[in-house]
Amino acid sequence: MTSSLLFNITTFAYLISMLAFFAFLASRTKTIGTAAMLIAYAGLFAQTVAIGLRWKESYDMGVGHAPLSNLYESVVFFAWTIVLIYALLDIKYKYRVIGAFVMPFALLGMAWAQLGMNTGIEPLVPALQSNWLLYHVITCFLGYAAFAVACGISIMYLIKAVSEETAEQSAGGLIGMFPPIKVLDDLNYRAIMVGFPLLTLGIITGAAWANYAWGTYWSWDPKETWSLIVWFVYAAFLHARITKGWVGKRAAWLSIIGFAATLFCYLGVNLFLSGLHSYGGGGK
Amino acid sequence: MTTPKKDFLHSLWDFFCSLKLTMFLLIFLALISIIGTVVPQGAIPEEYIAQTTPAKLKLYKTLGFFDMYHSWWFILLLYMLTVNLVACSFKRLPHIWKIITEPVTLFSEGLEKSLTNVASIKSRGETAKLKEEAFAFLKAEFAEPAISEVDGTWHLFAQKTPWCRLSVYFVHLSVIIIFIGSMIGSLFGFKGFVNILEGETASSIMLRSEKEHKLDFSLRLEQFSVSKYATGAPKEFKSILTVLENGKPVPGYENARVIVNDPLTYKGLTFYQSSYGNAGNYFFTVTDLDGKNPVSLTISGESSVTLPDGSSMHVTDSVKDVSAFAGDLSGPAAQVELHTRNGKAESFVVYANHPELNLQHAKNHGTGPVIHYKGSEERMYTGLQVAKDPGVEIVWFGCILMIIGVYAAFFMSHRRIWIRIQDGSVTVGGNASKNQGAFQQYFDGLVERLKSNLDKER
Ligand code: HEM
Repeated sequence: MTSSLLFNITTFAYLISMLAFFAFLASRTKTIGTAAMLIAYAGLFAQTVAIGLRWKESYDMGVGHAPLSNLYESVVFFAWTIVLIYALLDIKYKYRVIGAFVMPFALLGMAWAQLGMNTGIEPLVPALQSNWLLYHVITCFLGYAAFAVACGISIMYLIKAVSEETAEQSAGGLIGMFPPIKVLDDLNYRAIMVGFPLLTLGIITGAAWANYAWGTYWSWDPKETWSLIVWFVYAAFLHARITKGWVGKRAAWLSIIGFAATLFCYLGVNLFLSGLHSYGGGGK
Repeated sequence: MTTPKKDFLHSLWDFFCSLKLTMFLLIFLALISIIGTVVPQGAIPEEYIAQTTPAKLKLYKTLGFFDMYHSWWFILLLYMLTVNLVACSFKRLPHIWKIITEPVTLFSEGLEKSLTNVASIKSRGETAKLKEEAFAFLKAEFAEPAISEVDGTWHLFAQKTPWCRLSVYFVHLSVIIIFIGSMIGSLFGFKGFVNILEGETASSIMLRSEKEHKLDFSLRLEQFSVSKYATGAPKEFKSILTVLENGKPVPGYENARVIVNDPLTYKGLTFYQSSYGNAGNYFFTVTDLDGKNPVSLTISGESSVTLPDGSSMHVTDSVKDVSAFAGDLSGPAAQVELHTRNGKAESFVVYANHPELNLQHAKNHGTGPVIHYKGSEERMYTGLQVAKDPGVEIVWFGCILMIIGVYAAFFMSHRRIWIRIQDGSVTVGGNASKNQGAFQQYFDGLVERLKSNLDKER
């Protein structure tokens, strides 16, 4: 069994899980929802093993390092954290439908990584040879994943809010399956409550690493600046809740904009801007 | 009557106390920060200047876009954020402080109406007995209650972690502490750079401001080396350094290893591996066209030398084996640039193993001289980033405070329970500052247990 085979199995599991979630939405059959969730769990398990295996394989090759060193490995890890955060949310709150809005993010990540990227294990360049890499990447990506989940929930919120405004009664069908609007609003806040401290930790560990490696904890390089932009947006989200006129739909939009900024911070900066962070080079 | 001046101060205070301003500042800062990630910061690259119209360049320069995070308006925004933060905190703190230090211990009807978690337990027990029961129950299951009696009605009040209401203020304080730390760093610290050749000693560094900064010790580079993976990718850049005081090695700082991600700190200054290069010597022999009057020449690094005929020469590139570039040739080669006395410049390649090509080139260009390459001697230099930042500890303190504060603000909750006992009826009320859903479950469970406790006793 190799890690790359397991990663393919993971991708397939996420695909099936997402389709099952869609079927669950359409059919409102409880067993399908449970099956979708179980397949997602199975995928998460396979991916966990695969990540561990890839870690071991890198040691077998003599270039041992945690599998977090290039764009491929980070996208795979990102997909893993998304499903992990979603699984935790499911265990705690049991709103299955959210899977239909979260699994696509995980599938997209895995499919892109498996099909579009160089999957080879590469040795670590000197700049990345530090334990800080581990702390920094793990905290950042757990934060990003929580924001991805919040974004999915916010999309559901907006769909539900708009349909409730236009329809006279509470709409049936697909949207009837969604959790009540107040619950969605609360879940959105909860996901960001998990993501915000993690992002804060991610920025701080990044600053600590930069200080340790270069002697400056902050140099306004595009990646750093974008992480601060993301942080500002979610800080605005947190304060929106205690400001009149900012609750509800506007807060949901802030959450979606926050995730768009997160994605740009993660991928856009490497693809469109130049700076010190070297992940971009790990792509094709 | 209020004077207009007071009105102005009043509205300024209200302006800075407003959370709308907070929202505006946070979103505006997020938007405006994008500029500096798109427009180059610091030294402007040539290509950028070539691609941009002079009018636009001038506009951007005037607006401070090329160093926007240090421009007066960006700093002003950060100051406004700070003032907003402090003003909001001052406005709200007295109220929060009162909640913590002067809790409402009487469970009045008005308070009952304002709570979402309320339950009544009917009991035929004696009031005095019920009071004892409820007291013992709260003490065991929640927190020790305060107990008071008004007109024969007993009020119990207990609370948990009231201080966590302050955590938001610690988060806000931490932002200010981080600002202070960064200011101390920029006022009393510096950033610089030093290049040291193998075997040589440096006793000063070049600051970012292009000023030289004398060190009160010196640093000798014993050796620099690069190691590579089998794939050719770099594995390690390593400088071996010795710190010298008055020319003598400092014990414990002899042959210290500095690699990327593992700097050397001495007397508050930290040296980071940053770049490297070869500043070795290139050797040449220059002759007349007929091979007479050979002169040996040594060019060190990027400097230039004067040839016997008065023209000057420097090396722009060199290889150990030219066959990678020209298959039918072999051996070392150097690309040189020659400036003749009459102002002509030419760039060409000279070889070590192919004197005939060197002669051919000279002949094609008239009168000589003929330049023969004799190879090079490698001598590495290391480039070290140097930093001193006395504010960094304060920044880390602020960061830790922020993490703890955010954690406490989100995941801890000030929980309060009130119980009123009156003519055999027990009313329970509860309130939490965070996570209402979880508290509701907790409250229901608590009431359930209290009920069965009271039932059991009868
Ligand atoms: C202009 C600057 C700011 C102002 C005026 C401001 C003001 C406030 C106020 C009034 C509250 C509510 C406190 C309460 O519930 O009594 C609050 C909450 C909070 N603030 Fe700020 N704040 C500012 C900036 C920031 C920043 C930069 C952060 C970044 C970490 C931050 C983090 C928080 C957090 C985590 C909460 C708690 C939110 C919640 O419980 O949902 N604030 N802020």
